[in-house]
Amino acid sequence: MRTIRSAPQPGKPRLTTSAMIASIATEGQKTKPAPFGHALVELARSRPEVVGMTADLGKYTDLHIFAKEFPDRYYQMGMAEQLLFGAASGLAAEGFMPFATTYAVFASRRAYDFIHQTIAEEDRNVKIVCALPGLTSGYGPSHQAAEDVALFRAMPNMTVIDPCDGHEIEQMVPAIAAHRGPVYMRLLRGQVPVVLDEYDYKFELGKAKLIRDGEDALVISSGIMTMRALEATQTLMRDNVDTAVLHVPTIKPLDTETILREAGKPGRLVVVAENHTAIGGLGEAVAALLMRSGVHPRFRQIALPDEFLDAGALPTLHDRYGISTAEVARQIKQWL
Amino acid sequence: METPTNTLINAPKLADRAYNIRRNALRMGKVQGQGYIAQALDISDVLAVAYFHAMRYRPEDPSWDRRDRFLLSNGHYAIALYAALIEAGIVPEEELETYGSDESRLPMSGMASYTPGMEMSGGSLGLGLSIAVGMSLGLKCKRSEARVYTLFSDGELDEGSVWEAIQWAGHYKLDNLIGIVDVNNQQADGPSTQVMTFEPLVEKLKAFGWFVQRVDGNDLDAVVAAFDTAKSHPEPKPRMIVADTLMGKGVPFLEQREKSHFIRVEQHEWQLALAALEAGRQA
Repeated sequence: MRTIRSAPQPGKPRLTTSAMIASIATEGQKTKPAPFGHALVELARSRPEVVGMTADLGKYTDLHIFAKEFPDRYYQMGMAEQLLFGAASGLAAEGFMPFATTYAVFASRRAYDFIHQTIAEEDRNVKIVCALPGLTSGYGPSHQAAEDVALFRAMPNMTVIDPCDGHEIEQMVPAIAAHRGPVYMRLLRGQVPVVLDEYDYKFELGKAKLIRDGEDALVISSGIMTMRALEATQTLMRDNVDTAVLHVPTIKPLDTETILREAGKPGRLVVVAENHTAIGGLGEAVAALLMRSGVHPRFRQIALPDEFLDAGALPTLHDRYGISTAEVARQIKQWL
Repeated sequence: METPTNTLINAPKLADRAYNIRRNALRMGKVQGQGYIAQALDISDVLAVAYFHAMRYRPEDPSWDRRDRFLLSNGHYAIALYAALIEAGIVPEEELETYGSDESRLPMSGMASYTPGMEMSGGSLGLGLSIAVGMSLGLKCKRSEARVYTLFSDGELDEGSVWEAIQWAGHYKLDNLIGIVDVNNQQADGPSTQVMTFEPLVEKLKAFGWFVQRVDGNDLDAVVAAFDTAKSHPEPKPRMIVADTLMGKGVPFLEQREKSHFIRVEQHEWQLALAALEAGRQA
């Protein structure tokens, strides 16, 4: 039985829960506004079959940018996620390419059967783009999609991608449009950090990319954890720990060749870091791959715990659950 | 078919079409020794009118772009739709012998990737109207005159998603969408009106902005009139035909069998059912 929490200590200074949709950008970080919305507008100019659909979350998934530019190609489906994905399947059956948006929790948990049966089983060309992936809201478990990747990875025909930053999101939009079939894309919205532009990075669907090489440890990561890992390498350098970062934005299908090549290099600790529960995400996918392939480095996982996460301020929660920059660096150092 | 078949000289009458659909369904049931046969028999008249009076399609080209779409939301009625697709010449009659068997294109539950003319994958109930909303919208965007027919069951009215689609179609005035709800008052755990009351259904649907007709789904003339009116009605509203049907229709001993979702038919009874169906036709 769940017990009620005890009251907080009076007088202790504490961060406030900034909002349901707290920004993940740190103070002074370079950002891009609504990269998904702008990239979709660009795409739609040359692809008349592109339509936008949402379940009452247009503004909160950056789809309002598209709605403003193409009001006749934008469908407000109401707060009805099952309808959203069923109707997206119907539009795809008629030759359209729907980009259907909501929060990750609602796509993965509420509408799962509709996506499974009407989109994945029928192999419809629907792009499912979902804000608040993993732990990117302090609002509590209702809005924390800690298990979205596990659920969509398990679905046949589904491609699963997890962008690091605004630079990558912009490139992902045309790339998933060029891929025929259903895609689940984790979305960062609003003022989205820009990090990868400094590494001469280019997104390719299905490809893992070595962003930074290093001799002591290899971090294999997706999504915002690549950003965190890159920041952590700076801290670790000061302790003479040289850390490589392999970014794996396509979680399914996995780039097994690149992962095996990097993880197979001798003498490095391998750490998989993901903004997701330790169950069924990138960490377990990589672990199974290494095991199957007879590659046995020292292996550790940075991931969210198998529990209902707390409500609170995002920086506090990222520290508490080990996915902040400082915690990533601390854990790697501890394991070396 | 571009021209309604029943206007062609020497074309089989709708009653013959309905008879053939029932007979095809019973033959498939006999092959497998099971099937949702009571539902197939209750909906055969509606399918006869849909496929041989109302809808436009090309049997030799099931994915012809201008065809009317027919979505089977209640996937367990697949045996009935296969029977109609065979009668329509979309599925070859010899495949009837493969029903529900390994490698067959006619699985127990309807799936889009298995069968020519099957527009969606059912099985999980309550999906059809949501897909229909997207298809109707897509056809309107393409300026197509094709319609989307969607058959679903009264039990599916328990599913919230059905009402999401009904509310949206009303709001968006999808007048190219024609829903048909089979009210046989039977779902897995008992009579639908006892499992979860859906009445007064006509009033509810009207309140959601639909043009609604309620007919005896086993009266061919009434069903023809309902489809005609659904197509010609001038108001910009989605259309619903509420069809009250009798499970087992056409085979008296199955009509009288204690009602249940999955009526048990003994192995020797399939032949008896075919004989009873034929006797009823001659009477």
